[in-house]
Amino acid sequence: MSINEEFRPNIVAFCCNWCSYAGADLAGSSRLAYPADVKIIKVPCSCRVNPMFILRAFEKGADGVIICGCHPGDCHYSTGNYYARRRMKLLFSMLDFIGVEKSRVRVEWVSAAEGVKFSQTMNEFVETVTKLGKNVRLEDLRCSK
Amino acid sequence: MLEMIKRAKELLSDNSVDRVIGWKRDESGFNPEISVFRTAEELELFVYDGFCSANMSKMLINETKKEGKVLAFLKPCDTYSMNQLLCEHRIDREKLYIIGVGCKGKLDQRKFASLKIKGILSVSGAGFDDKNEIVAFKTVYGERKVPYKELMLERCAVCKGKEHRIFDEIIGESEETAFEERFAQIESIERMSPEERYKFFRSELSKCIRCNACRNACPACSCRKCVFDSNNFDSSQKANVDSFEEKMFHIIRSFHVSGRCTDCGECSRVCPQGIPLHLFNRKFIKDINDFYGEYQAGETSDARGPLVSFETDDPEPYDNKGRA
Repeated sequence: MSINEEFRPNIVAFCCNWCSYAGADLAGSSRLAYPADVKIIKVPCSCRVNPMFILRAFEKGADGVIICGCHPGDCHYSTGNYYARRRMKLLFSMLDFIGVEKSRVRVEWVSAAEGVKFSQTMNEFVETVTKLGKNVRLEDLRCSK
Repeated sequence: MLEMIKRAKELLSDNSVDRVIGWKRDESGFNPEISVFRTAEELELFVYDGFCSANMSKMLINETKKEGKVLAFLKPCDTYSMNQLLCEHRIDREKLYIIGVGCKGKLDQRKFASLKIKGILSVSGAGFDDKNEIVAFKTVYGERKVPYKELMLERCAVCKGKEHRIFDEIIGESEETAFEERFAQIESIERMSPEERYKFFRSELSKCIRCNACRNACPACSCRKCVFDSNNFDSSQKANVDSFEEKMFHIIRSFHVSGRCTDCGECSRVCPQGIPLHLFNRKFIKDINDFYGEYQAGETSDARGPLVSFETDDPEPYDNKGRA
């Protein structure tokens, strides 16, 4: 990337198969725009997201990571997102503790019917991360050498 | 201490236990190691003093898998780890005879260097039957007397209490040694700016040599196959590792034991580089207490950990007000 070029963040979105991925689908078929910087990874359930996935994404050059799942209570597997909620709360708090910007990570509950919410969330998140700029605190130093 | 040896000999001779796990005296006199005693003669080398700080709960996972009953001596804080392991079905209680031993705080050999105690010939005043107020060193440079408290381990400053949580019998008196607020260190780091926090952790974690001592000593880290042992995983070798890998290793290591960590402080004690690793674990404990209510792992042997349970009205990880 040359200096003059505008900074575009790299965003990884973990979307659960049953709600958020379908929500992203709906956003697409409803012709709702969201930035192409968002790279979606489909997971069976939001609780499939291992804390290591998030750190790995940052290591490989992501500037922001967002986890989308069904609304609490609506999980396809009944309780998966409740566990995910506890884990992510603790992990995000730890990232904040070691000095990583809190707004680089986010959890959002998006149902299959919420195409509008999906595109809004992504627009908003990309905007926040763009403002924060490149992720320098949690990146793989080997890649930037 | 003599009482402990006597009791161990009794139990060995009437065949109620097959072997004893305890600490073995070494030449220096301040570096006892955990070892297995099978006969009364071997027990002559048994020692229990202020330097017996190792938490032996983890060794009992493998020991109880072997044949025969084991006699283990546990300090009050070791019994928390023991309870947690029983809770996770890692230890067979039937094969274990637990004697709770008194503890008046344990000493940190690493503090010798910072107090400039060198050329030690002998140590006294740290024995089980001593008062444990002053530790006297006889060194090649002369005598040195240091208050017991000044040499104590970090974990003793935030002692969880003198009660044994699980035992068959108790020998000796314990004393609660806490003189610091448990979360004071965490709170002082939380008050720093994000930049300062980042700098602090980067400088601490860059000391890491990935020796895995913290993982191997931790009683909560008891998976048979560890995620960090995978050959596909870059950070299994130090040569491949950069500063991020170290951060990731320590975040994931402490995350894997969160909700199960009893705050025994073994990770910091065994770290050859002196990294304050307990800060990570204690931060998770503090967060769990704040978000999901007070919880002390290992208090009972049938509790359900906070990360394997949930409430429908738990706080959200990301709230719109808290946006930076």
